[in-house]
Order: sequence, then structure tokens, then C-alpha cells
Amino acid sequence: MSQAVLGELQRNFPEAVIDTHEHCGDETIILRPEGLIPMTTFLRERLGFDMLLDICGNDHPDKEQRFEAIYHFLRTGHSASRTRKWKRIRLKIPVGENEHIPSLCEQYKSANWLERETWDLFGIPFEGHPDLRRLLTHWKFEGHPLRKDYDKEKRQHLDESAPNDWFRVRAGVLEKGGETILANIGPAHPLTKGMFRMVTELDGEFIRDADLEIGYLHRGMEKEAEAHTWGMVLPYAERLNDHSAQINTSAYALAVEKLAGIEVPERAQWLRMFMAEMSRIMDHCLCLGNTLADMGAMTNFWYFFKIREACSNILDNFTGARLTGNCDRIGGFAWDVYDGFEEDAKELAPIIADYLGDAEELILTNRIFLDRSIGVGCITRKDAISYGLTGPVARAAGVQYDVRKIMPYHLYDQVDFEIVVGVRGDVHERVMVRLEEIRQSLRIMEQILVYLRKTRGTPILADVRDITLPTKRKAYTSMEAMIRHYNVVTCGERIPDGEAYGYVEGANGELGFYLVSDGAGHPQRCHVRSPSLANLQAFVSMVRGSQLADAVATFGSLNIVSGELDR
Amino acid sequence: MSHAWEQTSNKNVILTSLEKLVAWGRKHSLWPYAFATSCCASEFAATQAADFDLARFGIEMAHFSPKQADLLLVLGTVTCKQAPILKQIYDQMPEPKWVISVGACASSGGAYRNYSTVQGIDGLIPVDIYVPGCPPRPEAILEAVVQLQNKIEADGFARDRGESTGERLSLLEAESYHGKVIATTKREAARKHTDGVKRQLL
Repeated sequence: MSQAVLGELQRNFPEAVIDTHEHCGDETIILRPEGLIPMTTFLRERLGFDMLLDICGNDHPDKEQRFEAIYHFLRTGHSASRTRKWKRIRLKIPVGENEHIPSLCEQYKSANWLERETWDLFGIPFEGHPDLRRLLTHWKFEGHPLRKDYDKEKRQHLDESAPNDWFRVRAGVLEKGGETILANIGPAHPLTKGMFRMVTELDGEFIRDADLEIGYLHRGMEKEAEAHTWGMVLPYAERLNDHSAQINTSAYALAVEKLAGIEVPERAQWLRMFMAEMSRIMDHCLCLGNTLADMGAMTNFWYFFKIREACSNILDNFTGARLTGNCDRIGGFAWDVYDGFEEDAKELAPIIADYLGDAEELILTNRIFLDRSIGVGCITRKDAISYGLTGPVARAAGVQYDVRKIMPYHLYDQVDFEIVVGVRGDVHERVMVRLEEIRQSLRIMEQILVYLRKTRGTPILADVRDITLPTKRKAYTSMEAMIRHYNVVTCGERIPDGEAYGYVEGANGELGFYLVSDGAGHPQRCHVRSPSLANLQAFVSMVRGSQLADAVATFGSLNIVSGELDR
Repeated sequence: MSHAWEQTSNKNVILTSLEKLVAWGRKHSLWPYAFATSCCASEFAATQAADFDLARFGIEMAHFSPKQADLLLVLGTVTCKQAPILKQIYDQMPEPKWVISVGACASSGGAYRNYSTVQGIDGLIPVDIYVPGCPPRPEAILEAVVQLQNKIEADGFARDRGESTGERLSLLEAESYHGKVIATTKREAARKHTDGVKRQLL
């Protein structure tokens, strides 16, 4: 069954396909650059792979064709294919220095920024790309930082920001007479919150066109990951989406465990799910607080932050830190629950329900909120899939995709909950989807508490010799455990060779980690599939033709987190 | 530091110097510009929220305009791309102005030591208070604000006269922390903080 797609592609493209294989549950095809466009056309039109999730690059300096472009496709249940079964596939294209790969911009709207990023970080040129500029590094940057021969600490300072004509918008003439003006918005602006810069062509208050510059928080996480052991990447992963930090670490740990074939103990999975759902609530609260505050509804900000405080208290007591607890480990969880956890967790639901009810009451029938959100920043389901949108933004547009339900990971298939799907794809639907998702997360957390009680006393960390850490007690008392601890921490975890793509439902959508191991104690490649990048790419199409104030509301509702956007 | 009202001759007359009066006004009405880039911004937002309430220290009017701000709070990692923007914002602020570098990333680059991260903003702009932490607790941010208030009071008109304002105060070096164990739980931190504030107001 799983070989069906690979077999069909090999039959139809015998010259283009170099190899196919299945590893860790992922199906991969390796093909030649000239076969890309015919194959993706076939994938899209015949087999129904309508979403291009991610494009990334990789560099193997010892190989003859040193670079690789890696594509991840997803067939959604909305595609017009025979089966309508959700499925993933990976394409890899090896290329040498300066060899071109055809661009997929005509076929998938998400390809634009993804190819720009791969060009920026690796220098792989995409032929036919309408706008191949740097995305994450600055406009005067020279070189391609994620190449293995680029020194990690070679900083290139910038004296002045990109001028307006670096952007692809120009002031124009209106048919009715008069001219449009170019307005620069950001990055130091309450709308942009420091994460991007937008040059807009404005016709009065209406946005005719806009171009974005991102990368203002490009902190080189992927390069740092290559210089640290597998376990030390966890704090870097955590700081990607800082609003919901625990989901990021569980995603990374899941990806490493998938690659290494480790089975995580049941209790650790329940703990991870509990933390993930609590983080999801924290993220949605911050997003909603910010969105509504941007629209002028300040009171909700305080109410949503009370919810965040309640969750932060539990995190604080559990991990010692209010925001970035780093409680995941490769193979499980770091600590078991503290005394008093159950009481705190039981008190959480009524507190959250209380403040959520207060906040909702203020907006549900509020004329201003409804006028500013209904019909604003719309996107159709077809466009949402083409842009690679996932998460609440996609669900608000009618895409019935929640990784927890469609491709369950951890133990999500053992809890009852519903995914929240909207219809119109506008700001109002996104706010409503998030509000209801908070309630669904509470529902999941209640069920998890029962399972946590049942699994009391069971282990929370897998015991795999060269990969997981021994318990502290053993490490302090037994010589073998101390040596094992030393090996894992200093020399790095011995993850077997291979590659894997691990994915979870982040608060913003599908958060994935594409990991490649070559047997060393650190990742050969760690790429983050960022949901915020896909969401922001669709921003201009959502606001074209609407007013600046609508752009403010739309941007807030997308919940773009700069750490995740720029990595 | 003796306060102005200790020098009253009767209840309705306060004898003080202009310097002390202006310093008192400045320290209790700092208008912030939150240069928020990453995770520390979430903790700063929590500091402004109801549980920690930054507004009771006078830091309330957050207009997103550097020309109406005197306290620049750098919250989060500053990348090479963001550096010219930070410099521009700082240059646009009118004197007197102070800078608090919140978090490990702003103070020193934090966990990121690579091609795109500025290793501490003090290479770009002068910093008054550094707040360590990743992210710092809201109590730590409040403590930094209180330390800055002490510094403003101690400086008086030194900046207006063009004098250097001496050593940059690190949060951990500041007087009130010498010899003390930093709180380990939130409850403890809240209690210590309240004690510390009480001692400074009296």
C-alpha cells in the first residue's frame, strides 16, 4: 500500500528517478532536476498532492553533487484525487555547485519564499523564480551561511537597512487620476512588532500592493543546531515559538525519536501532551490578547494574560521557569510531576473558563469587533492549501487539517476532542477557531489528568544506552551510568544514520523538524518547517485591496511568531 | 539617600534642590519604548499585565514612538539586520534617555553566537542596566526598573551637564543584592521583592 505511490512514480518517470526508499516511515524519491516539473505536475494533478509543505537544502561537501534540495509534499483530504487519503512524500534533488533547479512557483504558491530561503542559505539557484532575493540574511550579506564551509561565527555587520527600491513595489498612477504613495511600515512599528518590514503601495488608506522583508530575528538556529549535540538543541528548539515553548521541544524530541526508533514511555507521552495543550492555550491567549488589543479592545488583553499567568504558575512549579522550561528530553520527559500538581491542574480549568467567558462576552456581539473582523483578511480554502497554510488560519478557511486528528502522534488517538473548522477564512473565523480550541485543549487536559493518575510511578524516560540520559541517582552512584552520562552529554547521542521528518500540531500549524544524522553526535542538518512562514507568505494576498486598519487586524489574527518565522 | 520631605520645616513647605526634584519626577514617570524582538517580549507583556503591573512604577505611557520615550527597553535578541534599526531608534530618542537591556540575548548574544546575532547591544548603544535571564522573570524586570530609578536619583543632573554616569550597574552587582541568595520560587521572589521595595521607599 505504502509502496504504491513510489512504485507509480518510478514507473512513470524511469529516467528522472535515481532512487526511492522508505526510512522511519517516510517515503523518499531522489530524482534529477529536469524531472522535477513533470513529476510535481503528476503529483499534483494525478495523485492529488496539493500542498507543498516545505523546501529546504542540505550540503554534503564530500559528495560530488554537494547540495540537495528537499521537498515535502502533503496530499490533503480536499484534493481532487482518487483516494483523498492524507499522505506525505519527500522529494530530494541532488545538485552540484551552481546547477539550477526549476522553480515550483507556478505550481504551488508556497514555493516562493521557501525557494528564496534555500537560495539564501545554500546558494542553490532556482530557475524561473520571479524574485530570487535573500529572505533571512540581510541585503548586504555575502555568502551562504548554512553551507558547511561557512564559518558559524563570521558575522557581517550591517550599517543601513535596505532602501525602498530593494523591494518589489513601485509607486504607480491610478486610473481615476493621482498617484499611489510608497509607505514603509516597520520593523519598529506596533503593527509589525519588530518582526518584519513592509513597503506598501497605498492609494489613500487602501493597500494596492505590498512587499515584505523578514529575517529580523534570524538567529541562525539551524546553524547552531549543527554545532551542538542532539540534546542541546532542545533549548534552541524551545525558543522558536516562544509563546508556546513546550510544543516546540516535544516536536523536536519526537523527530529525534522517530529517527532513532526510540519508544517513549506512556507516562512521558501523557506529560508531553499535557504541557503541549497548556502551551497551546498560552499561545492562543497571547494571540487573541494582541489581536484584540490591536483592534482597540484592551480589556481582553488583561483577561487573557490572567489565563497565561495561571498556566505559567504550573510551568514555574514544574520546571522552575515560567516560559521556557525545557522539560523534554530525547526519549521522554525530564521530571515527574511535583507534589501539588494535581490540585493546581484541577484548579486550572475553572480559572481559564472563567476568564475566557469574560473575554468572550466582551467581543462576541460587539459591533466594532464584528465590523472589523467579518469579511476582513479573507482567504479561500484552495488558496490556503496552495500557500501551505496549516493550523487555526487554515482551519478557519475550511481546511480540515489538524495533525493530532489526521496523523495522530503521541497518544492523541486515545483522547476525545474535536477539531474546530471555520467557513469564511476571515479574521472573525480565526478568532472564533482559537477561542474554541482553548476549550478543546482544556477538554484534552482533563482526560490526560486521569491517565496521569493511572500511570503514576511508571518511568518517564526511555532507556536506550547511547541516546538517553541515565537518572540522576544512577549517574551519581554508579560508574557505568556516570560514563554513559558523560558520553551522551559530551560526545553526543549516537543517533543512527538516516533522515526523518517529525511533525506535530503546533499552535500555529504543522511544526516539523527535518533531521539528518550521519552518525556524529550532532545533527548533520536540522531544518524547522515553520508554520508562521507559510502563514505570513499569504498575508499580502489577504490584505491586497483592503485598508491599513484591516491589515492590522489580519496580521494579528495570523499569529506570526518571529522566532518561528525567521528561526 | 535622604528624601526631600525629611527636610521640611513644617508640613506645607518642602526644601529641596532642583536636581533632586527633577530626578524624582524623571524616575517616577519613565515613558518606555519596548523594542520587542523575541521571547523576552512575552515576559515583558506579562510584567505589564495585572499580576505584576509595571504601571505602578510609572512606566505606563507606552506610545510606540521613540520621540515620546525616555526609556528604551531592548527585549530579545538583536540580529545584525535589526542593529541599524536599534541605533536609529536610540538616536531618535530625546535626552535624557536610559537603556535597559532585558535578557541574555540583548546583553551578550545569549545562546546565539553566530553569523547573524549581535553579541550584546552595548556595542551599539550605551546600556544602563542589564537584566540576565532567559527570559528574566517579571520580578527581575521590575527589580531592574527599581535599580534604574535609584540610578536616576543618584545621577541627578550629571547627564544634562555632560558628565559620564560612571559604571554601568549590573543587576547582580547592585547594592541590594550583595550577599543575598536569589529567590528560587515565585512566592519567595515576590516576598523578597516586596521587602526590597518597602526598604527603598522608607
